[in-house]
Amino acid sequence: MHAASTHLAWLVLLPPLGAAAGITLLALNRPAVSARLSIGAILAAFGVSLVLFTQGVEGRTAWTWLSIDDGRGTFVAELGLRLDHLSCLMLLVVTGVGSVIHIYSLGYMRGDRSVGRYFAGLSLFSFSMLGIVLADNFLMLFICWELVGVSSYLLIGFWFERPAAADASKKAFLTNRLGDFGFLLGIILLWAAFGTLDFAELEQRIGAGTTPWLPSLVGLLIFCGAVGKSAQFPLHVWLPDAMEGPTPVSALIHAATMVAAGVYMLCRVFFVFAAPGSAAPDVIAWVGGGTALLAALIAVQQNDIKRILAYSTLSQLGYMVLAVGLAGMAAGAHPVPAMYHLTTHACFKALLFLGAGSVICALRHEQDIWRMGGLARRMPITFWTFLAATLALCGIPPFSGFFSKDAILALAWERQPVLLGLAVAVAFLTSFYMFRLVWVAFLGPAKSQAPDHARESPAVMTLPLLVLTVPSVVAGFWGIDSYLIEHFRPGEGLSAPGWLGQLTAPFHHAPVAAFSGLIAALLGIVFAWRLYSHRVQDPLPGLLDAAARPLRDKFYFDEFYGRLIAWTQDTLARGADAVDRWVIGGALVKGASGSIELCGRLLRLVQTGSLQTYAFLFVLGAVVAIVLMLGW
Amino acid sequence: MTVGLAHYLTVSVVLFCLGLLGVIARRNVVIVYMALELMLNATNLALVAFSRFNHNLEGQVMVFFIITVAAAEVAVGLALIVALYRKRQTAHVEDLASMRL
Amino acid sequence: MQDILFYVFAALTLVCGFLVVANPISRSPVTSALFLVLTIVSLSGLFVLLHAFFLAAVQIVVYAGAALVLFLFVIMMLDLKAEERRRITRLGLIGGGLVAVAMAWLFRVVPREAALVASGPAHVEGSTPALGALLFTQYLLPFEAISLVLVAGMVGAILLSRKEPS
Repeated sequence: MHAASTHLAWLVLLPPLGAAAGITLLALNRPAVSARLSIGAILAAFGVSLVLFTQGVEGRTAWTWLSIDDGRGTFVAELGLRLDHLSCLMLLVVTGVGSVIHIYSLGYMRGDRSVGRYFAGLSLFSFSMLGIVLADNFLMLFICWELVGVSSYLLIGFWFERPAAADASKKAFLTNRLGDFGFLLGIILLWAAFGTLDFAELEQRIGAGTTPWLPSLVGLLIFCGAVGKSAQFPLHVWLPDAMEGPTPVSALIHAATMVAAGVYMLCRVFFVFAAPGSAAPDVIAWVGGGTALLAALIAVQQNDIKRILAYSTLSQLGYMVLAVGLAGMAAGAHPVPAMYHLTTHACFKALLFLGAGSVICALRHEQDIWRMGGLARRMPITFWTFLAATLALCGIPPFSGFFSKDAILALAWERQPVLLGLAVAVAFLTSFYMFRLVWVAFLGPAKSQAPDHARESPAVMTLPLLVLTVPSVVAGFWGIDSYLIEHFRPGEGLSAPGWLGQLTAPFHHAPVAAFSGLIAALLGIVFAWRLYSHRVQDPLPGLLDAAARPLRDKFYFDEFYGRLIAWTQDTLARGADAVDRWVIGGALVKGASGSIELCGRLLRLVQTGSLQTYAFLFVLGAVVAIVLMLGW
Repeated sequence: MTVGLAHYLTVSVVLFCLGLLGVIARRNVVIVYMALELMLNATNLALVAFSRFNHNLEGQVMVFFIITVAAAEVAVGLALIVALYRKRQTAHVEDLASMRL
Repeated sequence: MQDILFYVFAALTLVCGFLVVANPISRSPVTSALFLVLTIVSLSGLFVLLHAFFLAAVQIVVYAGAALVLFLFVIMMLDLKAEERRRITRLGLIGGGLVAVAMAWLFRVVPREAALVASGPAHVEGSTPALGALLFTQYLLPFEAISLVLVAGMVGAILLSRKEPS
């Protein structure tokens, strides 16, 4: 039974791939067929995941792809799938949220010209993400990792006829490549040091002890990959631009796939960071905390509904990365808070994006919150589900976000009080900008003509919202953390309290963290209410004066990178130009031609055309030759 | 002092150099040609002398071939001069400078 | 007796050779050609002294008989008188003299070395039968080849001196 069950993992992976291939080959111009194929595939994957999850299947199944014997050792490239608590939970999240988004896409993308291409991309995306989740070695992980990059490129640039979308997809892909470069280096380094890429074997060998610098270096390099995929500072710039893709794609990227891949990968290979003496966790923690704060600050002054959500994603990812780093700081810890937050965040962030998509659809692609307002009455289902997700994001009990975020705060409280302060500040900012969004877009007066005609979206879009609301609200009582602890410390997670115990656990466990987080969130709501109820214009620039500008302009990162890249390119180009002009064109080409021409001019003097001069020179040459031959 | 190989070779060398002087200094193509014949004959003399003093007949065989080739050469060379003269109306070396670029 | 004859022929050869190349009295090609005949005849005398009788005969027949007649014919055909008016350029004389002297200076060592190599009395007879035997046995192939050269020279001479059809 068990052996057969691990092979079921292939059944999770293959339907989306089959759907992507099938749509591309056969049904690119048949929207209905392609949608059915894609949705059917992801639902099938969800079903199998559910079976695997409930049966508690563990183990691995591998198919040897390549075996290269280079004389010193055998390099075996395996496509291996690994089933354990970590991957089973993640499978459920990816396929579950993915299914909802697939179905929602049916409504959102209705009438688009290339629905077939859209669903093909979506299926490919799901396949790649599931591959990352199931991978049991670095090679397969990296292949799927790059596939996620490619499919995100295809989906972000789905409306490629819009220059902004084409640019955004390029930016996302290139920025990711930057991080992946480090990731690949890290993988190669691991291979060089340990001769294997298998997670289980690597865990053993690193646990057995290595030179102290190796885990630090490898950890930082691998973290580079996560920095790219999970959009951490300083490679965070692609994520807000990725909003140019269709909204369900944004939801998919931001909630269950892509950005989650980075954090998931960090948890999957946590043993690298947990190696004693590694410097990587500190860097990871501070990068995560910094990203969280930075993104939250920027989000405060954004006016595009999707961009606000994008920056909130950045901020929450910062939380998760912070949690991974904090966990790695002490020996024997586990990154459960990060995975926990990843799970709950996947649900409520997908819900937020789908809600935003519903609003955008209703307003005929209006995304500026200062042209919305009063939507609560016109779109009740969207509003209430959106509000639930917002509360979850802000961390208000008993919504799911509270528990997962509290786990991170508690961890910070244990390890690094400064980072706790940072995290609490982010919590305040989070609830502030989210309720700013809620008040301006849904509650306050209508600020343009657009909302007057808004109507609630069709059932195919509201049903997914309602479905996602359930985990967003109650995922805190499901014992996800105990389930995950089972993965890292078998046996410890079994003593989970009942749901009531779960509800109050944070206040018993680390009251300082819980209360400070809660108070910060409530303060944020109060501030947002004071500032933004009944406003038609943003009062913050007036209040903060010059300080608001950098927030609105995203701290000038894009401009800085633009300048930096332009400057680098210009300098390189100038250098290359100088080399070309002076060294290649001047010294080599002109030098060669010039010296040959000079020789030619000199030799031409010898060419008198007079027969007897030639005879004279000939004999002279003969004399010289004879002198040389006789050795005088 | 009896006449030996050295004497013949000396004559040969002097004759060769005389021919060389003629080739380089004279301007008339026909005389240049004659000077060339002088040089050939100088080598012939040297070969025959070597053959005689080295107890080896093959030097004479060589001279025989040289005379034959020289005969053919004279025929072709003079024909060339005639053809050239028809074209250019000159038999002077300095007028034959078409090799100059 | 032979030594005296050698000196006579050698002096005759060199003087006539000089007069071929640089006749101080006449610049006429005809004079040069006639001195060339004398040079060749005295050279064949030297050949006789070296016991190369056949070659001596060939020298006179081929050179003095055939080649020189050809020279004279050509000189008459082209009516080359212009040379008399032309002076030998000083530069050519200096250059030629320089090179010739250099050559002679280089070759000065040859007789000395040769004297060391070939000592003892000379007794190889350049008899015609011996030469003929050599030519028709060991050197048969070059002998036949050289006949082809002669044919080629003949054909070439006819082709070149033919009047061009205008």
